[in-house]
Amino acid sequence: MPVKDMRTAINEALRQEMEADESVFCIGEDLVGGFGTDCGKDQGNAGSFGVTAGLYSQFGGKRIMDTPISEAAIIGAAAGAALVGMRPVAEIMFADFVTLCMDPLVNQMAKFRYMFGGKTTCPAVVRLPCGAIPGSGAGPHHSQTIYALMTAIPGLKVVIPSNAYDAKGLLVSAIRDDDPVLYFEPKALYTESCDVPDEPYAIPLGEAAMPREGDDVTVVAFGAMVPAAIAAIDSLATEGITCDLVDPRTTSPLDEEVILESVEATGRLVVVDESPPRCGLTADIAALAADKAFWSLQAPVKQVTAPHAPTPFATELELAHIPSPERITQAIREVLA
Amino acid sequence: MAEPEATGLSKDRLLELYRQLATIREFEERINVEVNAGRLASFYHLSSGQEANAVGVCAHLDNPADTIVSNHRGHGHCIARGADVQAMMKELCGSSEGLCKGRGGTMHIADIDRGLLGANGVVGGGPPIAVGAALANKLRGDGGVSVVFLGDGAVNEGAVFEAMNMAVVLSVPAVFVIEDNKYGEFTTGAYMTGTGDLRARTESFGLGVTEVDGTDLFAVHEAAGSVIDHARRGNGPAGLICHAPRFHGHFTGDPEDYRPEGEAAEARRDSDCIKIFRARVLATGQLTPDDLAAVDGAVTEAIDAAVAAAAAAPRPDPVDVAADVYVSY
Repeated sequence: MPVKDMRTAINEALRQEMEADESVFCIGEDLVGGFGTDCGKDQGNAGSFGVTAGLYSQFGGKRIMDTPISEAAIIGAAAGAALVGMRPVAEIMFADFVTLCMDPLVNQMAKFRYMFGGKTTCPAVVRLPCGAIPGSGAGPHHSQTIYALMTAIPGLKVVIPSNAYDAKGLLVSAIRDDDPVLYFEPKALYTESCDVPDEPYAIPLGEAAMPREGDDVTVVAFGAMVPAAIAAIDSLATEGITCDLVDPRTTSPLDEEVILESVEATGRLVVVDESPPRCGLTADIAALAADKAFWSLQAPVKQVTAPHAPTPFATELELAHIPSPERITQAIREVLA
Repeated sequence: MAEPEATGLSKDRLLELYRQLATIREFEERINVEVNAGRLASFYHLSSGQEANAVGVCAHLDNPADTIVSNHRGHGHCIARGADVQAMMKELCGSSEGLCKGRGGTMHIADIDRGLLGANGVVGGGPPIAVGAALANKLRGDGGVSVVFLGDGAVNEGAVFEAMNMAVVLSVPAVFVIEDNKYGEFTTGAYMTGTGDLRARTESFGLGVTEVDGTDLFAVHEAAGSVIDHARRGNGPAGLICHAPRFHGHFTGDPEDYRPEGEAAEARRDSDCIKIFRARVLATGQLTPDDLAAVDGAVTEAIDAAVAAAAAAPRPDPVDVAADVYVSY
């Protein structure tokens, strides 16, 4: 099977869904990165991360378009176009900038179907490159995950792939889905590779993956923390400690069943996320275990998160902010102590 | 006998436009009565006085791909776009038979099949959505346009700036209808809009703007026709500014302490688009007092029936509180 990185996998999903369905189009800042210039090439930078490379050459400016730097208008336009049956894939260049388009996301597209009495669909996808790239010094405005905030909004679906294979299949599902989907792309994983089939395939939203299986501890990790958790778990396997690793893949809907089944079997739970801890995904999963698997728990639930602080610039601080495999290993040992 | 050409519209057309004006007025005034009588519990933003804006604009939306995006003061736009007044009244009462099953209420009336993409509870929330609907029109090449109604208060929202600019940059068939009733909630436009010049503000984004007396249906109708035609022909977005007073406060129950004494009464006396319409068609002889009285009677009957039907309509089942959040979940 061909090996591809996550950037390529996402690009392939976009291209194949655009080929399959004329109503799919891409809209955002600098997606082509060449509108309005006369650089003599058929495209410019193809986004800040090159994810949309080649789409303009293949589909032209009616299917992928550069916009002004206007997040509220981009996402509002995606909402309006989706409300009349198009399937826009909008990009917010960095997930941090989602604050600039909270109204169209939170008040408009999330609520259309409910407040219009169930008569409408809004098949929009919003792509949000998120999280820190360790050592990149992207700083407080270009490093947040912010997906927990969006997971709290009824009406939105939230996807967080952790590898290239899932990234492609989940994006295909997101584009085909009739509800608005926020698709968070952990920037740290863009260059991570794995086997990715060439043909289109869909991974259902709401089904967790279990990249590691074991007996002693359940680890639940999100996005860029999945590879970190794998590193931690694999290092402990040499000592005979084995863990289930649950990668929910989507936080809304959330596959509670897989998490609870695992916790009931192991009795111990560690939840890992690179976001700050308050009202976040780790607290959500800990509450789920407390509500529905309390009598199975043999130790307090451990949450491994960033501190309650913005993501800093300096490498030493940035690395202190992002949970490391070592911190995850330590948490696993603590719930076993 | 005056010349029928005086308004350039056929008798049937005039009767239909008058029916819409009178229906909106009766709908809004009846809500006020129902609220004052304690039979409606929420707060409603009434559009009495601004009917000609809605009717004159929506009269030109004859392509099935045409859409409108409304706002919090949206009952008139919805009626002019053809929404069923009984289903609307039921929605305002929160009935499960309401246009939106009682989930949206007064500020979220929507009827997608009629190209009504929703009233909106967020000032300035509509324009970006209209840009998206207009972008869909352009990408599909269906000849449709998307019209968004916004107030003079909304022109200070950043999302409106973004939407106007992006409509121009992407050259989409969006029409921005700014209804200037002199107030944004309780504060005057003169105070809160720098320069106070709505036209210059709008034109600065590169939109061609037509400004019109919103109390004159014929003026609105004619201007809206040109503006919508401009967008429909692929010339990009356009703006229309309609000046017409708001007879009521910002919402039902607004004490209106901010408003000069007698201002609303004066507007009802001298700047009532319905009175002005009636005087005009009677003067030209295109409609008779009997014609108008027949429409008035039918409208009163329709609103009576809507109010009665809404009062008797079934209430939602609490078990449905979380239905229809998603298509699938």
